[in-house]
Amino acid sequence: MRLRTSVLAGALVAATLGVTALPAAAQDSIYVPLFTYRTGPFSGSGIFIAEGMHDYLEMLNQRDGGIGGVKLAIEECETGYDTKKGLECYEAVKDKKPVMVNPWSTGITLPLIPRAAVDKIPVLSMAYGLSASAIGDTFPWIFNPPATYWDGLSMILSYIGNKEGGLDKLKGKTLGYIYLDAGFGKEPIPMFEQFAKDYGFTLKLYPVAATEMQNQSSQWLNVRRDRPSYMVMYGWGALNPTAIKEAVKINYPMDKFISIWWPGEEDVRSAGEGAKGFKELNWHAVGTNFPALQDIKKYVTDKNLTQTDKNHLGEVLYNRGVYNSMLIAEAIRNAQKITGKKVVTGEDVRRGLETLDVDKARLKEIGLDGFTDPVKLTCADHNGHFPAFMQEWDGTKWVKVSEPIKPMMDKVGPLLSSAAKEYVEKNTGWPKRTEACDKAS
Amino acid sequence: MLYREAGQFKTTYIADQAIFPIRQDRIGLALILLIAFVVLPLTASDFFLSVVMVPLLIFSLAAIGLNILTGYTGLLSLGTGGFMGVGAFACYKLTSLVPEVNIVIWILVSGLFASGVGILFGLPSLRIKGFYLAVATLSAQFFLDWAFVRLPWLVNYNVSGAIEVPTRTLLGIPVTGPNATPQVRYLVILCVVTLLTWFASNLVHGRIGRSWMAVRDMDLAAELMGIRLYRTKLLAFAVSSYFCGVAGALMVFLWYGSAEPGVFGIDQSFFILFMVIIGGLGSLIGSFFGAALIYGLPIILRSFVNAVGLEITPATVEHLTFMTVGALIVFFLIIEPAGLARLWQIAKQKLRVWPFPY
Repeated sequence: MRLRTSVLAGALVAATLGVTALPAAAQDSIYVPLFTYRTGPFSGSGIFIAEGMHDYLEMLNQRDGGIGGVKLAIEECETGYDTKKGLECYEAVKDKKPVMVNPWSTGITLPLIPRAAVDKIPVLSMAYGLSASAIGDTFPWIFNPPATYWDGLSMILSYIGNKEGGLDKLKGKTLGYIYLDAGFGKEPIPMFEQFAKDYGFTLKLYPVAATEMQNQSSQWLNVRRDRPSYMVMYGWGALNPTAIKEAVKINYPMDKFISIWWPGEEDVRSAGEGAKGFKELNWHAVGTNFPALQDIKKYVTDKNLTQTDKNHLGEVLYNRGVYNSMLIAEAIRNAQKITGKKVVTGEDVRRGLETLDVDKARLKEIGLDGFTDPVKLTCADHNGHFPAFMQEWDGTKWVKVSEPIKPMMDKVGPLLSSAAKEYVEKNTGWPKRTEACDKAS
Repeated sequence: MLYREAGQFKTTYIADQAIFPIRQDRIGLALILLIAFVVLPLTASDFFLSVVMVPLLIFSLAAIGLNILTGYTGLLSLGTGGFMGVGAFACYKLTSLVPEVNIVIWILVSGLFASGVGILFGLPSLRIKGFYLAVATLSAQFFLDWAFVRLPWLVNYNVSGAIEVPTRTLLGIPVTGPNATPQVRYLVILCVVTLLTWFASNLVHGRIGRSWMAVRDMDLAAELMGIRLYRTKLLAFAVSSYFCGVAGALMVFLWYGSAEPGVFGIDQSFFILFMVIIGGLGSLIGSFFGAALIYGLPIILRSFVNAVGLEITPATVEHLTFMTVGALIVFFLIIEPAGLARLWQIAKQKLRVWPFPY
């Protein structure tokens, strides 16, 4: 009796699912699921990403008939940035032989890391997720180009150092760090503390809980009291616009407020005129002045093949989505090249990602000349640690204000390898890499 | 017709007091157990097992835990998520300190830690009740939330601040970690849930359960009848938190495989509380109903939409599910405010006299 109903309900579901078993992806297409979130507290960032990712792939379908003549079966799964739903999405797409998954949430990435090797589905967590997964020898199935959060922090600090005339000039000063109090925001702290020790500045932490993203008044009261010389921010979703608004409210000097690569135009715009001078890292251009983006306009948005708001094209997070899809597409193409197959599998695309080499010429070919720097991955390095530049909000748009800044590999490298080693130690029975390493084609 | 007890004579008091006095109920239960233990693992798809059944059982267990406290003893609690977290973190610490002991044992033991914490935060219940107690348990939720994030010792100083579940085996078969098949995970969870449900059923039908209900119905009268309030209430907190703790450990180890502290937030507490309210306060079967409605229904709706092949976007589906589930909750609570369990009871009552209801 106790179990009766749950099982009855279960049986009903089973019947529903059984009868209308999800149609297996046809064998003449490549199945690319996109985990997106257009709902929930993180949708303010998620919508742009979802649109950019979807539109670029749809454009390839419309313009070129897919990749290498094979159509892409694009399917979105709504995660709401919720780990529960993300795992549900993963289970739902797993049997349809996806060539890779892009979780777009650190919380969803973490449980997928051990499963990737078992299910033979590579995970592309572009500049988020577990930083240590950059070590390809330990994590052959996980990829996180073009930079890790540790790279990001070291770039922000070297930018600050540059402005001050050397990092040692920070001695005796105070730096503030406002972050989402979750894995993502906490990861850089050990490195930040190390920097504080090395260069003699004081580090003040201002954690923001995920449930309190829209209420940061207490954190900013403390900022006003502590008066840090610089504020560094690692936020996502509603955290970013709230923090920027609060900073404007307490008259924090905006040119001293520097963020990792996640705030979008909407986040800054909502803070009004006062947000002028706010800075963030970025590794790709904004705007639509690229052939590929023009093609998206021509083949996708103008034909209403998407739900994208036309004004979103070219915004920083939209272009971030395009960049992510560019990596997906190039990895698939590369996999086709290596294997000679048309319809590739997850295992092929893993090899494709590992030998990914999008150089200047290739960028020009796909209509993204000058959009971003070349990307090249190797078996040992699944990240690349590519330089990023600083961009500043001028009141209406982002303006590039620095040359590409290289991450301090002497600081990041040891941290990465020790984190990867620790991961293996904690996860007893972590499989040794058995996947062969392909020669870059 | 089929569901009629005519001709079933009871010759002993024990038979008369049985939890399932009607033969058809016993057959039904046996059938359900047979389906759950044999048919489902053999026939159901991986997706169905790992996305529908595994979470459903885990949430049912947590709902039973909360039901013991809120439904049977009448103590409103908003700390369920926190107690689940205690179970999960305790299990993680235990299995990383002593990996030799079997993980299933550690899961069952980790509930005891949740119990301890539950008793601690149950102390105010001796002096306050109702909404005031809800606020006191809310403090448990906030404190535990804080502790999960702030005490790196709990996650073995992991930089990502998350629990990463190692592979553990039972009789040589992987139970946790990426290599554990959905069938194995499902069966382990099913065993634990069946065992604990049986235990809970015996508790609530016995002396202890009766004293809980006496306290719920009128604590003053219960005290005058000789029930020691502080013992009874704290025992309810302990048992309830034990169930929640085990559910939390199962959730992280056999379902998520890795968890950030965020999953044990206040949202989780409300989620379970809604299950209990919709399912039926003071009913074990109601806990299963509630979990099925609150957790299962959105998934069924989503896969239904996908199966029909309607041309709508996933985000719209999400909004539609929210609205439908909301409307259904209102609908069920209007036709039966006492929850789905009561509805089930009425249906059975009607069925007994059908087709001649006079």
